[in-house]
Amino acid sequence: MKIVVCIKQVPDTAGGVKFKPDGTLDRQAMLAIMNPDDKAGLEAALRIKDADPENVKVTVLTMGLPKADAVLREALAMGADDALLITDRVLGGADTWATSSTIAGALKNMEYDLIITGRQAIDGDTAQVGPQIAEHLGIPTISYAREIKVDGSTVTVKRMFDDGYMMLKANMPCLITALSELNEPRYMTPGGIFDAFDKEVTVWGRAQLDVEDSNIGLNGSPTKIAKASDKVAKGKGTVVTPDSPQEAADGIAAKLAEKNII
Amino acid sequence: MGLEEYKGVFIYAQQVDNKLSNIAFELLGKAKDLAADLDEKKVTAVLIGSNVGSLVDELAAYGADRVIVVDDPELKDYRTEPYTHALASVINEYKPEIMLVGATAIGRDLGPRTSARVKTGLTADCTLLEIGDFPLTPIPGQEQKHKQLLMTRPAFGGNTIATIACPDNRPQMATVRPGVMQKIAPIAGAKAEVINYNPGFTPNNCYVEILDIVKEVSNIADIADAKILVSGGRGVGSKENFKLLEDLAEALGGTVSCSRAVVDSGWMPKEMQVGQTGKTVRPKVYFAIGISGAIQHVAGMEESDFIIAINKDENAPIFDVADYGIVGDLNKIVPLLTDKIKAEKAKKTA
Repeated sequence: MKIVVCIKQVPDTAGGVKFKPDGTLDRQAMLAIMNPDDKAGLEAALRIKDADPENVKVTVLTMGLPKADAVLREALAMGADDALLITDRVLGGADTWATSSTIAGALKNMEYDLIITGRQAIDGDTAQVGPQIAEHLGIPTISYAREIKVDGSTVTVKRMFDDGYMMLKANMPCLITALSELNEPRYMTPGGIFDAFDKEVTVWGRAQLDVEDSNIGLNGSPTKIAKASDKVAKGKGTVVTPDSPQEAADGIAAKLAEKNII
Repeated sequence: MGLEEYKGVFIYAQQVDNKLSNIAFELLGKAKDLAADLDEKKVTAVLIGSNVGSLVDELAAYGADRVIVVDDPELKDYRTEPYTHALASVINEYKPEIMLVGATAIGRDLGPRTSARVKTGLTADCTLLEIGDFPLTPIPGQEQKHKQLLMTRPAFGGNTIATIACPDNRPQMATVRPGVMQKIAPIAGAKAEVINYNPGFTPNNCYVEILDIVKEVSNIADIADAKILVSGGRGVGSKENFKLLEDLAEALGGTVSCSRAVVDSGWMPKEMQVGQTGKTVRPKVYFAIGISGAIQHVAGMEESDFIIAINKDENAPIFDVADYGIVGDLNKIVPLLTDKIKAEKAKKTA
C-alpha cells in the first residue's frame, strides 16, 4: 500500500508576517515549520505503516521554495520512506486552484492508494487544497478526519461536523484531510535525523508535472490579491487602574448603565 | 467563457436534518446587500437535500427571491460527492455571478470541491464582502473591472487581512464565516419563485458510505447568539473559579464563554470557545476576564459592540481592543460587580 502525505512548510505565525511589493507573501523572510494539521496527517500515515511495515510505504510531498527541503527531511527523520520536492519559479504566486492543480499534476505521475493532507495550513487557513486535489484526480475526499482506519481496499474515517460526526467508508484510492486533533505526532529520532540528511530528496520541476500551463503559478490563479496588509488594531479605549476593587466594580457598573444594559 | 452570461447572487442554503442552518439566513442578508449594487437584483437560494421543499418559505422570509431546489433521496445526509454534483450542476445551468457558501464544516468541504469542478476561484472564510473595482485603483496597461466581488479575509491566524478578487472567472465564489453577516428581520408571508431541478444522481467511485451518524448535541446555549458574554481565560485560575463568571452572567442575563487556554485545560467545553479556532461572536457587551488577548482570541470577538476587560497585567494585549479596561484582581472585582448589578436591578424593579 502506498500512502502519499502532502505537507507544507508554513511561516510560524508568531514570527511576524512580511509581504513582497506585489502583495504576495514574502515566505523567504519568515521562520518556517511543518504545518500542524499536515504533521498529524503524517503521523496517521506512519501509524498505518507501523502496523504493517513490510507492505506500507509512506512518501511525503511538498510544493514550495527549495528551502522547503527542511520539512521533507523532518518527515524522513520521523519515519517517512521517501520525499518529493516540487519547486519551480513558474509555480510561484499560486492560489489554491493553481496549487491543487500543480500537486495533482505531480500525483498523476506517482502511485498512491491513499493521499493524506492536513485540513488547513496555519498561514492561509483555507482548507481548500485537499478537496481540490481530490477533485482534480477524480477520487473521493473525506475532510476533517479525527480517526483513520485502513481495512483491505477501503478506509473508514471519523469525519467531524459542527454538530457531531459521521463514520464514513470510502474505497481507495481516496484523499483524507487530517485534523491536528487526530493524534500526537512523534518526535524525530536521533538515528532518523542522521539518516534523513543522507537520504535523497527527489526534486521535480515544471517538466515532471502533468498539468497545463494555464493552471499553474500566479497567471493560472483565478483569485487575485487586490490588497494585503497587516491588521490594524482598533482604536484603544480607556484603561484604568482603580484604587480599590469596589471602585473598579462601580466603574464597570456605570459603563453598563450608560449602555442601558442595567 | 462569456462572463456577462453569469448573473445574480446565489447562496447555498445549508440544511442539516431538514432544518436550515443560521448561516443560510446570514448569507441571504449579505446577498441582498450585494445585489443592490449589481444590475441583477434577484437573490437566489440553492436548497439541496431530500424532502426539503417545506423549507422554501423560510428562505423567502429571510430574503430569497428565488429558490432552486435539488431534491433527491441520495441527498438525505451530507456527502461530498452528491452535494458537489448538485451545486456544480446548478451553477453550470443557472450561471450565477456570485456564489456564497457558509464556511462551516460542510461548506468548507463542498465549496472547494465545487469550485474545482466548475473551474473557478474560491476565497475562504470571508469576513467582509463588497462590490467594487479591481484593481482597486487604475493601473496603467491593465483593464480596471467594475462591479467585482471584493472578498476580505483574515489570514495568518488573524495577523493579516487580504482583499481578493476573481476578475476573470465566474462565478465569483466565497465561503463566509458564520456569525459575521447580518440576517434581515424575517418578512412574514414572503413568497419566492421555486425551481425544481434534478441533474440525476448515479453513485460512482467518489460516493462514500455512511456507516453511522452521531450527533453531539449539547444543551449549552449557543454563545454566538448571546447578547452579553462573560468570557474567561487562563487568568480565572481554575474550573471552580468559573463560578464567579457564571454568577455575573446570571445577574446580567448573559452567557459564559471562554478562551482556548480554558478549553485546553479542560475547564470548559469546546462549544464555549471564542476565537479563530472557536466561534466568532459579536454581542452587545463582551467581558474579557483574565484573558490576555492573543490575536487568535481577538479575531473571534473584536466586532463586539462594547468590550470590557479585567486583567491584572497592565500590558496584556486585550487592553488594545477593550473599550473599557480595568487593571486589577478579577477575584475581588467580579463578585463585587455581581452584587452591584443585582442591587441596581433590584432598585429598578422595586
